[in-house]
Amino acid sequence: MFNILFLFVIIPVLTLGGLFLTQNVKQVRAVAATGASLLLIAALYLCYAFLGAREADPDSMMLFQSSYMWFEPLNIHFAVGVDGISVLMILLSAIIVFTGTFASWKIEPLTKEYFLWFILLSIGVFGFFISIDLFTMFMFYEVALIPMFLLIGVWGSGNKNYAAMKLTLMLMGGSAFLLISILGIYYHAGHTMNLLEIVNNGVDADWQNALFVAAFVGFGVLGAMFPFHTWSPDGHASAPTAVSMLHAGVLMKLGGYGCFRVAIFLMPQAALELGWIFMILTGISVVYGAFAACVKTDLKYINAYSSVSHCGLVLFAILMMNQTAMTGAVLQMLSHGLMTALFFALIGMIYGRTHTRDVREMGGMMQIMPFLSVGYIIAGLASLGLPGLSGFVAEMTIFFGSFETSPIYNAVLGDGDTFRHAFALVTTTTIVITAVYILRVVGKLLFGPVQNEAHRKLDDAHWFERFSTVTLMIAIAVLGCFPDMAVGILRDSFEPIVSHIMAFAQ
Amino acid sequence: MDYSQFMIMHQEIGLLVVFLLVFLFDTFLSKNVQSKLSVVACVLFGAFTVYSFIQPVEVGEAFAGMYATSPIVGAIKNILNIGMFIVLLQSIKWNNSESQIVRRGEFIELMLLTLFGMYLMVSARHFMLFIIALETASLPLAAMVAFDKKTYESHEAAVKYLFTAMFSSAIYMLGISFVYGLSGTLYFGDIAQQVAGAETDFLLYVALAFVIAGVGFKISLVPFHLWTADVYQGAPTSVTSYLSVISKGAAAFASMVILTQAFGALYSQVWEWMLYALIILTITLGNLFAIRQNNMKRFLAFSSISQAGYIMLGVIANASVGMAALSYYVLIYIFSNLAAFGVIQAIENAKGKIDMSDYNGLYKTNPKLAFAMMLAMFSLGGIPPFAGFFSKFFIFSAALQEGSVAMYVLVLIALINTIISLYYYLLVVKAMFINPNDNPIESFKSHWSERAGLVICVAGIIIIGLVSCIYVCLTDAANVSMMF
Repeated sequence: MFNILFLFVIIPVLTLGGLFLTQNVKQVRAVAATGASLLLIAALYLCYAFLGAREADPDSMMLFQSSYMWFEPLNIHFAVGVDGISVLMILLSAIIVFTGTFASWKIEPLTKEYFLWFILLSIGVFGFFISIDLFTMFMFYEVALIPMFLLIGVWGSGNKNYAAMKLTLMLMGGSAFLLISILGIYYHAGHTMNLLEIVNNGVDADWQNALFVAAFVGFGVLGAMFPFHTWSPDGHASAPTAVSMLHAGVLMKLGGYGCFRVAIFLMPQAALELGWIFMILTGISVVYGAFAACVKTDLKYINAYSSVSHCGLVLFAILMMNQTAMTGAVLQMLSHGLMTALFFALIGMIYGRTHTRDVREMGGMMQIMPFLSVGYIIAGLASLGLPGLSGFVAEMTIFFGSFETSPIYNAVLGDGDTFRHAFALVTTTTIVITAVYILRVVGKLLFGPVQNEAHRKLDDAHWFERFSTVTLMIAIAVLGCFPDMAVGILRDSFEPIVSHIMAFAQ
Repeated sequence: MDYSQFMIMHQEIGLLVVFLLVFLFDTFLSKNVQSKLSVVACVLFGAFTVYSFIQPVEVGEAFAGMYATSPIVGAIKNILNIGMFIVLLQSIKWNNSESQIVRRGEFIELMLLTLFGMYLMVSARHFMLFIIALETASLPLAAMVAFDKKTYESHEAAVKYLFTAMFSSAIYMLGISFVYGLSGTLYFGDIAQQVAGAETDFLLYVALAFVIAGVGFKISLVPFHLWTADVYQGAPTSVTSYLSVISKGAAAFASMVILTQAFGALYSQVWEWMLYALIILTITLGNLFAIRQNNMKRFLAFSSISQAGYIMLGVIANASVGMAALSYYVLIYIFSNLAAFGVIQAIENAKGKIDMSDYNGLYKTNPKLAFAMMLAMFSLGGIPPFAGFFSKFFIFSAALQEGSVAMYVLVLIALINTIISLYYYLLVVKAMFINPNDNPIESFKSHWSERAGLVICVAGIIIIGLVSCIYVCLTDAANVSMMF
């Protein structure tokens, strides 16, 4: 039987092949747009099919499973399967790839090469989310990282050489820790790479702590966890628009998803024992990122630091290890992915017109480009958590979950609750700090006096820009107003995970 | 005498036949026909490669156990054949050049002879045979390094190579004489039995250190690597590519055979830790020196030093998995490194430029060469989905198989070093794709042989990793060989 999940590898590969054959820029755009649209359709269909399949089979954790032997000596399979979390991540990636394609409609020079790397990156992302075999997962993870180097280096702006190299090396450094952790898990969980089999076998208790730290740090680098977040501001600031969108919107989610799926799920015992260390680190990234965003004047830097803060919140919520907070974490991944993508798209469009990203040199954009300005306000309001938009749902759930009693920490840390509540309290302050930096920029950039008279001649968004931003805005509003659609997909996915963790808490 | 035992050596005999045919062609045919010599040699060798691939190799030994072969030994010989074939193919243009014309035949014949030496090296199970094989593999190479008769660097390189080869052989033989004194035999199997009870003998440690040092020169492990950069830079590029992949691969496999077959009993006491230190030094120093290089050949010399460290991770695994992973690594290393050298050679032959700064903006003028080079760099750096990722993954997993914490530390150090290596491999990519250049290498059409070589390499880099059966076959071959 044909597995629908293979579509997410086949479509981009075919798109790559198509791109190789294209002769001119028009064909390149047509092929890329077709590929991205097909991916979006496939992702939407997957959500629908998943709900149906879940109803038919409420018990098994992963649906649409299939597995083919790949490297027999190491028991490596090409194994795919999804639960609600991966389905939503795939949908998010498809939306971002789709809008990113339109946001980079006019990219120059070397349009064909740009889209080749862009699609290659998307293969890595989709492959990562559908894999349930550690080896294939890791392989796709690295496939997603390397195109960034050339995407930033060739098409980026500013201090791009430095940023490209720093980003690539830091992320590869993370993956070095990841690789050792994966090999360790393989040898200490009954010589298998399959996630579900590893969960059944259990990782050798003596090795869990070391492997957990390696895995969490490895994915944490990509999740921009303090103190490994420094690649993120430089990288995002230098990357071209669509790459920032994809990177902040999707790639950083790989980190959160991996921390959760590999580190915590496979090694719950170590997670209970050592989770507090990472809780401190992620707590710092949440607050530190928000404060850093307050003092930056470059629009992309502001947004990059706000990403550090929001992604820190994702990791923080995952470490709470109860169902509410984890649901919040996934919602936050979705919400942050959509709104950061919107932010970066808008910033890229503004920068493309004004050729500056410094807040101090711009003002009164509301009069000049009303469409982009309204978009910016919507993204900002989503970011600071206005009810009705996606941010509110996600952050509300996370903070609610982090104050919920979680027997896990009581059992292991003795006085775990106080510790956890204290940190939850610290992180809630970001709601205020976020409002500070968002409103400051909105006030200065959009409503202040026009700083540069030359800006008055600039035009508003083109059709492809409107198309990509409106898609994102709709997605943000849908997630904000009908969060139950996402929660419905997630509903059954957390139960096996949380109960698996709970089994070790007693 | 039982002549049927020669049939066990059918790979060696096939190679000798190729050698004799080339020799006769070179000696007796007229000048006009001789201009086709390089192509004919290439075709003959290609035919032999295919033959040797099809002909199965069984476990067997000849000459009272001095020579032994098995499926994995046959496999490593086939791997060396593939590399040799690509080197021959890539050297056709250079070999037909004006200055090379009078010694075209010698180049191919010497190269085939050294390959014969390497065949014996990996098959030897007696130190006498091994020394003869080692010298057969080393001495002709000194002549080949000196092939650019008119350039000073080539001579300097040849002298350096000759001296280090002699020096390492001397050290090596000293070590073997100690071993002989202790055990009274030169057969690997007998030595293994003799040393099994004498693990604490200090003289044995010294002997083993000498043996490792001797082989270390061939593989260019730090601190025995000092000749590498100068020789790689001075030698003609065809010879450099041969030295960097085939000579190194054969020596690494041979060292694994010696250490595990003759000194297997001393693994955990002695040579595991000697290699442990050598690997860390090799990978780290090779990487650190590679960062500063501008000459592409010196750059790849240091990169190949650090790659040798990764190859030795297969040896330290001390198991048949390690042997399979090592052979697989050598195979993929052959494709990746020869792709890089193929690009360097094409550009050097056409434009005479070999500096990294000359490569700035190469993508704009020669996109295909730049693309091949990029794949080679990604593969060497271990980026999926290219083959280098898989070979690194398997060699790491082989090293971890034993499961001690020390090995995890070693692999972690090796992994962190892959980040450093990625940095300098990306520098090349950056030069070609990102750095601006007002005066880039003009667009040119490379010779058909160079293009064919690159196509084979690029196909190998893309396919070998994803197609799992090659690694599976190597593992099976290693398991069937019963060497552990």
